[in-house]
Amino acid sequence: MARFGETVGRVATLPLVLIARAFDPVLRLWQRGTGTGGMVAFFLLPNMAIFGVFVIIPLVLNFVYSLTGGTNILLGDRSFIGFGQYGRLLECGNYLQPLTCREDQFWTAVRNTSLFVLFQVSLMVCVSMITALILNRNIAGRGFFRAVFFFPVLLSPVVVGLIWRWILQRQGLMNLIVTNLGFDPVVWLNDRFFAFAAAIGVSTWAHMGFYTLILLAGLQAIPKDLYEAAEMDATPPARVFWRITLPLLGPNLAVVLVLALIRGVQIFDEAYVLTGGGPGTSTLFLTQYIYEVGFASFLRNPGLAAAASILMGLVLVVLTLIQLGLSRRAERGNTR
Amino acid sequence: MSAIKNFIFRRRGRDGGWHWTDIVTWVWLIGGTILMFGPALWLVSSSFKGPAQLAEFPPTLLPYVQEVATVEGHDAPLPLFEATMEDGTTRILAEIRRIGTSAQMVDPADPGERISVRLTDRTPLREVGLAVDNYVDPFLSFDFMRYLGNSVFVTMAATFLTLLTNSMAAYALSKYRFRGRDAVMLLIIGTLMVPLSVILVPLYSVVSAVGLLNSLWGVILPTIATPTGVFLLRQYMLTIPDELIEAARMDHASEWQIYWRIILPLAAPALAVLAIFSVVWRWNDFLWPLIVLSRRELYTLQIGLNTYAGELNVQWHYILAMTVVTMIPVVLVFIFLQRFITTGIAGAGIK
Repeated sequence: MARFGETVGRVATLPLVLIARAFDPVLRLWQRGTGTGGMVAFFLLPNMAIFGVFVIIPLVLNFVYSLTGGTNILLGDRSFIGFGQYGRLLECGNYLQPLTCREDQFWTAVRNTSLFVLFQVSLMVCVSMITALILNRNIAGRGFFRAVFFFPVLLSPVVVGLIWRWILQRQGLMNLIVTNLGFDPVVWLNDRFFAFAAAIGVSTWAHMGFYTLILLAGLQAIPKDLYEAAEMDATPPARVFWRITLPLLGPNLAVVLVLALIRGVQIFDEAYVLTGGGPGTSTLFLTQYIYEVGFASFLRNPGLAAAASILMGLVLVVLTLIQLGLSRRAERGNTR
Repeated sequence: MSAIKNFIFRRRGRDGGWHWTDIVTWVWLIGGTILMFGPALWLVSSSFKGPAQLAEFPPTLLPYVQEVATVEGHDAPLPLFEATMEDGTTRILAEIRRIGTSAQMVDPADPGERISVRLTDRTPLREVGLAVDNYVDPFLSFDFMRYLGNSVFVTMAATFLTLLTNSMAAYALSKYRFRGRDAVMLLIIGTLMVPLSVILVPLYSVVSAVGLLNSLWGVILPTIATPTGVFLLRQYMLTIPDELIEAARMDHASEWQIYWRIILPLAAPALAVLAIFSVVWRWNDFLWPLIVLSRRELYTLQIGLNTYAGELNVQWHYILAMTVVTMIPVVLVFIFLQRFITTGIAGAGIK
């Protein structure tokens, strides 16, 4: 089996080897002319050029966009208006009531995203924590069950959205279950409450496997002798959990929490395919707002979209900095 | 035998009894398995149902097709029904045509006699069967073949370029000392903080400025310099001993040769992990292709699928089948990888 894989690998990489060999003489000349430093530049160039063009430049341009007005997306045709877009986004009678704001859609999206993050992240952490604890037990078929929970993580958001749209439609599986339990069928995605709940449930379903694995890695790094000692002292299991498992899992749990927050703030794909932001604006989230104001809707306003994305980016930067600090601590904890 | 039983039902209860945690464990695991695979299996089963069956409630678990029979005097096979006659008996009849609220039917055994049956007095005869047309039609009459081709091209090109550029950068950042190395590393880590949704508008204008709007390369190029990939490969290459490189230099190998003949083969496990990540990422990409591609013939599978699903008159029988097709590569990845899922991916995913 291993030898078979090796042969396949060799045949598959053969064209690449030939290409690489063809570059040999050219690059040898380049190296002779520029020295090792020139080669370092050569190795870094493709990646850094793409980084520069498609990440760094857009990042800078984003600020420029947010200071300009008009509906044209080409920067040359846009007029400088200062901080007007930010003012427009932030102008509001009462931030808790989106309809009193000038950009009511933006604040609806902010409110929806905050509620979504609050409930989805709590649900996600609870569910993946329980799953990780169960998978960490000494059960038969552990490897299989670990993989099971990872399956939806690989599915595309479009597939996830469509699978659940199909289950939640009027004649769908969910209504079959509900009517068998003696309730009336519901058109789930036409109901404001259920559509929102579905967005939370479906995104949790799709991503919990990923967080479960992070937590499981943390659980397995906890030294077994701690548990043995606790068993000898006849410590009650609840106490073992609160005093040993939870504190030692702390860093991993924190990583999961912040990572889920970061992803939750950016929620778009599966929710968009599932509900399209509806019914009404009940599942309109920030990324969809940015996408629609920037590209899709009648009232296109790229400057406004850029300003909104910068505000969202600020939140993400703070969350990411926390995450980087925490994951460094988690790494140290895991290797200890 | 009892050893096997003990192994499978390993329990916490001391005296071999069921502790409550054992019950919770198995309920959670079996319920979880149903919840994780069930929706996808339901999709596969539904995708083999014809349009009429999809509109039924309650839905059946398995796909059925209507039985047909060839009747003398009719070229096409006729659908079979179980009809209740006026005297209360039931007969199996084939439908010739419908007239208002009744149907003109015929007994396959006795093709001469025409029988009129009210539509309410008959039920279709069905057997378990697959509506394969759901899969065939989209490839023949829609653009799905093209979408599939676009998706395959984007995924393969992006993965190849990701591996190449990321491994070159990772090699430079792990095996050379040069001024500004830490700054470059910091820059790469910093870009982790810049998700697509934050730079949507300016990225669009950059891509349009370099003339890549409505081009598959406009989808591919912005995705290939992944910070995760550079990070993953660099960490792995740091573990390759420098002595190997020194020895190669002694033998007058050029730096490029050292890269592709020594470093790349040794970094194969990390490259494989990144390749799998990249295939799944690019195959599943949605938001960015949605913005760059506005011409139908350039759509990837994900965009095409979303467009068909967003139409006013949703043709679910085709959409479900195409969703299954879209799911196949990822399911293959899952089957081949499930052994490694627990170890490799969790560690790499945190970064």
